[in-house]
Amino acid sequence: MFIAPRIADKKDWITTDTGDWEIIIGLEVHAQVASESKLFSGSATDYGSAPNTQVSLVDAGMPGMLPVVNEFCIEQAVKTGFGLNAKINLFSRFDRKNYFYVDLPQGYQISQFEHPIVGEGEIEILPIDGDGNVGEPVNVGIERLHLEQDAGKSVHDLSPDETYVDLNRCGVALMEIVSKPDMRSPEEASAYVEKLRGIVRALGTCDGDMEKGNLRADVNVSVRRPGGELGTRCEIKNVNSMRFIRQAINFEARRHIDILEAGGEIDQETRLFDSVKGETRTMRSKEDAHDYRYFPDPDLLPIKLEQSFVDRIKAELPEMPDVRKARFMSDYGLPEYDARILTADKTKADFYEIVTKGRDSKIASNWTMGELFGALNKAGLELEDSPVSADALGGLIDRILDDTISGKIAKDVFEKMFAGEGTADEIIERDGLKQVTDMGAIEAMVDKVIADNSGQAAAAKENPKLLGFFVGQVMKASQGKANPQAVNKILREKLGL
Amino acid sequence: MAQPKNGVTADDVKKIAKLSRLHVEADRLQPIAEDLNGILAWIEQLSEVDVEGVEPMTSAVDMAAPMRADKVTDGGKRDDVLKNAPKSDDGFFVVPRSVE
Repeated sequence: MFIAPRIADKKDWITTDTGDWEIIIGLEVHAQVASESKLFSGSATDYGSAPNTQVSLVDAGMPGMLPVVNEFCIEQAVKTGFGLNAKINLFSRFDRKNYFYVDLPQGYQISQFEHPIVGEGEIEILPIDGDGNVGEPVNVGIERLHLEQDAGKSVHDLSPDETYVDLNRCGVALMEIVSKPDMRSPEEASAYVEKLRGIVRALGTCDGDMEKGNLRADVNVSVRRPGGELGTRCEIKNVNSMRFIRQAINFEARRHIDILEAGGEIDQETRLFDSVKGETRTMRSKEDAHDYRYFPDPDLLPIKLEQSFVDRIKAELPEMPDVRKARFMSDYGLPEYDARILTADKTKADFYEIVTKGRDSKIASNWTMGELFGALNKAGLELEDSPVSADALGGLIDRILDDTISGKIAKDVFEKMFAGEGTADEIIERDGLKQVTDMGAIEAMVDKVIADNSGQAAAAKENPKLLGFFVGQVMKASQGKANPQAVNKILREKLGL
Repeated sequence: MAQPKNGVTADDVKKIAKLSRLHVEADRLQPIAEDLNGILAWIEQLSEVDVEGVEPMTSAVDMAAPMRADKVTDGGKRDDVLKNAPKSDDGFFVVPRSVE
């Protein structure tokens, strides 16, 4: 049985008239293995193909068909196990999980019950609150990872009294990653899923695409008095975005507290999250809870891994997000916050490493995270679809570093690059934005501004704050193109500051 | 008839039949339970064997699962797959509505 020793941070407690509550959360994440073919058959796994075109007689549950394990899927599960710092089980076995549903033609799902391929592990997460504050690291225990088949897809809106079934997804390999009930707030839960997503993406074992359902979470929620006895939990099925995970937990915890405070009892049940209404509702209650009658699948021999096979996978592991984060901090001197954001996802980290190559690492980080990620976020775009490439962003930074343009002008240039108007050099050339670094020209402008404002110039000696006014005037006269450092320096000299 | 230690009742039979989507007439529940108990009692003789220190056997063949390479070698036979379906439409299996 699960135990949950850690008590939530006080800031995560929910306080009502009757006192304090804490939320206990455990997650089961289903990550689709990035394989070409299915776990036990040679059918393709492509997303969005015409219905039932990727179905073999094995997937369709025809009598007499035998499953054969896909070695690549075994390898990905082991790899992911290493990513979770978990124990790899050299012996594992497939079991049948029996239930009847229209999208499961076999009448059972082949899964791993008693002997999963990966055992206990642990990962560290850093929750971030709504304001972007990074919290204290939290260790989340991994209970197990096992391989299993996905089910088909039921479509209910093509006919009023019938269900349409597409078995293309039926038999696709999933890694089910079960956490211990170690999370205590909605933010910790989403940080955990984000961390898992970063790990599987870095390893290439799952593409982590939550929109397509390639990574989805079942969320177990219960509440208790801080440090008190565990409450009854409810499982919320198939939540497929970080925001929905947080919403579902918030709603569910409140629901539990309301019931308990009204003197009621929580029914252990499976619930659905309605993302439109932002609430959960009953899917099935305990009475018709499944009795899966697991037993070893007689069609499949146990999986016995050679130590050399496991060692080879370990030796070939790519750099993991935590290691990469540490390297970004030590090699590039980045603050933890920057390093964490940049290495949470492989695409982001790869992008940054191109931008910063041969350039100032903090400026590269500021432009990547601040300007680019901000603009992408605003435009609702993923980094993969960025209109500004890493090389192009690097090209813009080069022009800042060689004083061709100021940081301020660079922001305008960036906006134009983002709008697809060309490279930094093209835009600077076209719009005549090249910074004036000619000391003589700047001196002339400074002289003119001082002459035009002789009163303030005289007062500046007494009131050095007026320097700002003069800098502004000169920058205005140069249409923002004068080099700010040069302007500052010359003004100080001329005003005798 | 010898009753096994963990015998099944008519209610168990009803439950298992429901889970297996089998229709069993009410007057058959008790006879089936008795049949099953007979089988269980017979199998229970196995508990007389001393298996101290013996690993549970997963398969009668002492070998690991053969594996295949991750290649697309099957599928693309929609019409074959749908052939036995009582109803299909537009490439889908069509079944009585499974949700309310």
